[in-house]
Amino acid sequence: MEYYLQLAINGLVVGSIYSLVALGFVIIFKATKVVNFAQGEMVMAGAYVCFALTVQYQLPFLLSFLLTLGFSLVLGMAVERMVLRPLIGEPIISVIMVTIGLSSILKSLVQVFWGTQIRVFPPILPQEPFMVFGLPVAPVYIAAFVLCLLLFAVFSLFFKYSSVGIAMRATAYDQQAAQSMGIGIKNIFALSWCIAAVVSSIGGIILGNINGINSQLGHLGLKVFPAVILGGLDSLLGAALGGLIIGVLENLCEGVARELLNLGGVKEVASFVVLVVILMIKPHGLFGTEEIERV
Amino acid sequence: MQNCGLFFTSYNGEKQLFASGFQKVCLGLFMVAMLAAPQVLNLYHVSVLNLMMISVIAAVSLNLLTGVCGQMSLGHGAFVGVGAYVCAALAAKGLPFVFCLLGGGCVAAVVGMFFGIPSLRLKGIYLAISTLAAQLILEYLFLHMDFLTGGANGMAVDSPSLFGFAFNSDTRMFYLIFAVTTLCVLAVSNIVRTRSGRAFVAIRDFYQSAENVGVDLFRFKLQAFATSSFLAGVAGGLWAYYTMYITPEQFSIALSISYLAMIIIGGMGSVLGSILGAVFLTLLPEALNMLTSFIGSYAPDISSMTAPLKEGVFGLTLILFLIFEPEGLVRKWRLIKAYWKLYPFAY
Repeated sequence: MEYYLQLAINGLVVGSIYSLVALGFVIIFKATKVVNFAQGEMVMAGAYVCFALTVQYQLPFLLSFLLTLGFSLVLGMAVERMVLRPLIGEPIISVIMVTIGLSSILKSLVQVFWGTQIRVFPPILPQEPFMVFGLPVAPVYIAAFVLCLLLFAVFSLFFKYSSVGIAMRATAYDQQAAQSMGIGIKNIFALSWCIAAVVSSIGGIILGNINGINSQLGHLGLKVFPAVILGGLDSLLGAALGGLIIGVLENLCEGVARELLNLGGVKEVASFVVLVVILMIKPHGLFGTEEIERV
Repeated sequence: MQNCGLFFTSYNGEKQLFASGFQKVCLGLFMVAMLAAPQVLNLYHVSVLNLMMISVIAAVSLNLLTGVCGQMSLGHGAFVGVGAYVCAALAAKGLPFVFCLLGGGCVAAVVGMFFGIPSLRLKGIYLAISTLAAQLILEYLFLHMDFLTGGANGMAVDSPSLFGFAFNSDTRMFYLIFAVTTLCVLAVSNIVRTRSGRAFVAIRDFYQSAENVGVDLFRFKLQAFATSSFLAGVAGGLWAYYTMYITPEQFSIALSISYLAMIIIGGMGSVLGSILGAVFLTLLPEALNMLTSFIGSYAPDISSMTAPLKEGVFGLTLILFLIFEPEGLVRKWRLIKAYWKLYPFAY
C-alpha cells in the first residue's frame, strides 16, 4: 500500500508539470486554434537556458530564472511572428507540420550547444525529506507542486478579471467579433505564444531540478496530448486535472505492471492507451466544448 | 509535344493515365535509365537509390491517405514497421518471398484499419493525436513482444529469392525493389481514378456533402486506411529484406514525421509529388553529409554536430516549404513545364 501511495505522490508531482505544459498548450489552442507539437521542445529550451545561466555563467538561481522567463517571452514572440503568422488560414496539417519542424530546429539547436549528455542542476532546496502521510517526500517535489498550483491560480484570475485576459477569451470565442470590438488579434496571438513559452520554461526548470535535463526532455511534449485530450483541448481546468490524472495513472500502471506482470516501460504507453479510449468514448474530454456541425 | 498545352476533346481522353505521346516517351526513357542505373552507378549510390524507392512506396501510400482522402496519420512509420516485422517473421518460417511480402502488407492493412476506426468520429487534430497514439503503442509492442520481434535486439532477415533466383546483392535487390515500386505507384495512380478514389477526394474536400451525395464515410475511410497501410506494409517488407536487420527504433515517430514531410514537400494529393518529396528528403541528408565532410576537412569539430544539424536542416526545410511553397515541389514542376510549353511567350 505504501508503495502505491509513494507512486501516486510521485505521479502527482510529475502530473503537475504535465499540467503546466498542458496549460501552455491549451492557451495557444484556445486563442489561435493551433496545436503546438513543439511544446516539449519549449520545455527543453527553457530548462537548458536556465541551466547555462546558473551553471556555466554562475549567476544566482533567481536571476537566471527571471532571465530565462525573459528569453522565453522573446522565443514565444519570435516563433509566433516568424513561423505561425504566415500560416494563418492554412489547413490544419500544415500548421501541425510547421510546429513539428519547429521542434526539430529547437532540438537540434540544444544538441549543437549542449550535446546529448544528461546535465544536473545544483541543488537549490534542502535535501532532507518532508514527511507527508508518513511518507518521505523531497522538498523540491513539494515546491514543484505548490508552484504549479500557484501558477494555475494566477492564470485563472488573469483570464477571469484582467482586461487582457478577457480580450484573450473573447478572441478564443469569436475572432471576428473580437476584432470588430477593437481587440488586436495579432497581439493576442503573440501573447498566447509568450505565455505558453513561459509556463513551459518554468516546467522545464522544475523538471531540471528534480531529474536533471537531457536532450530527450522534448518527449515530455508528447505526454501532454493525453492530458489535454482527457481534460478537453480548450479548458484550463481540464489541463490541470488532465495532467494530474495522467501523471498519477501512468505511475500506478508502471508500478502495477512491474509488480504483477514483470513488464517494464508501461509508463511510456499507458497514457496513450487511455488516450485512445477517451477519444473513442468522449472525444471532447471532460471539460472541452463540443463542436456542433450543421450543413 | 503539343505546342500550346493539352486540350481534351473527349472524357475518355481526359481519364487516360498517360495523356500524351510525349509523356509516354519520357516515361519510357526514364524506365530505361532506371534499369541501366545500377550498371552505371557505384554500390553506395545504388543503396541510396534502393532506400529512396522504399521511401517512395511509403510516401505514395501515405499521400493516398492524407493527401487524397484527407485523413492525417502520424502513425505511418509504425504501419511500415508492422509490415517489416510480419514479413521478417514469415520469412523466418521459410515461406516464399511473395507470400511474406503480401502477408506483411495484409497484417499492416488490418492494423491500419483498426486504428482507422476512430476516424469516423474524429477529424483534424483529434485524428492526428489518435494516430500518434497508434504510433507510440505499436512502437511499444515492437520493443516488448520479444518472442515475435526480438525486442531491443531486433531480428535478422535472409535475403529473398524468387523462383530459385537469390536477390543477394544491392544490384539484384535494386531490380526487385524497382519492380515493386513501379507496381505500387501504378496502383495508387489508378486507385485515384476509380470510384473509390473520387470518393476519397469528396471526403477530403467536404465530408458532409460527400455523405449527402451517398458516399459511405465509414466504408471509404476504412478503405483508405486499409489500402494505404497495405502499401506501407509492403514498403516495410522490402525494407526488412533489403536491410536484412530490423530494430524497433527504425520505426519511431521520426519516421512517420519524415513521411509526412515528404508528402508536404512534394505536394499533397499528388502521386508525382510524393515521389519528388521522397527523392528530395532522401537526398537531403546525403547532400548534408557531403557538405559536412567537405567543411570537416577545414574544421574538424563539426563532425560531432552532424547528427543534430541534420535534424535542424530537416526542420528548417519543412518550415520554409510550408511558408513559401505550401503546394510543394510538384507546383514548381508544373511551373517549369508551363514555362517550356509557352516558351518564348510568358503568358
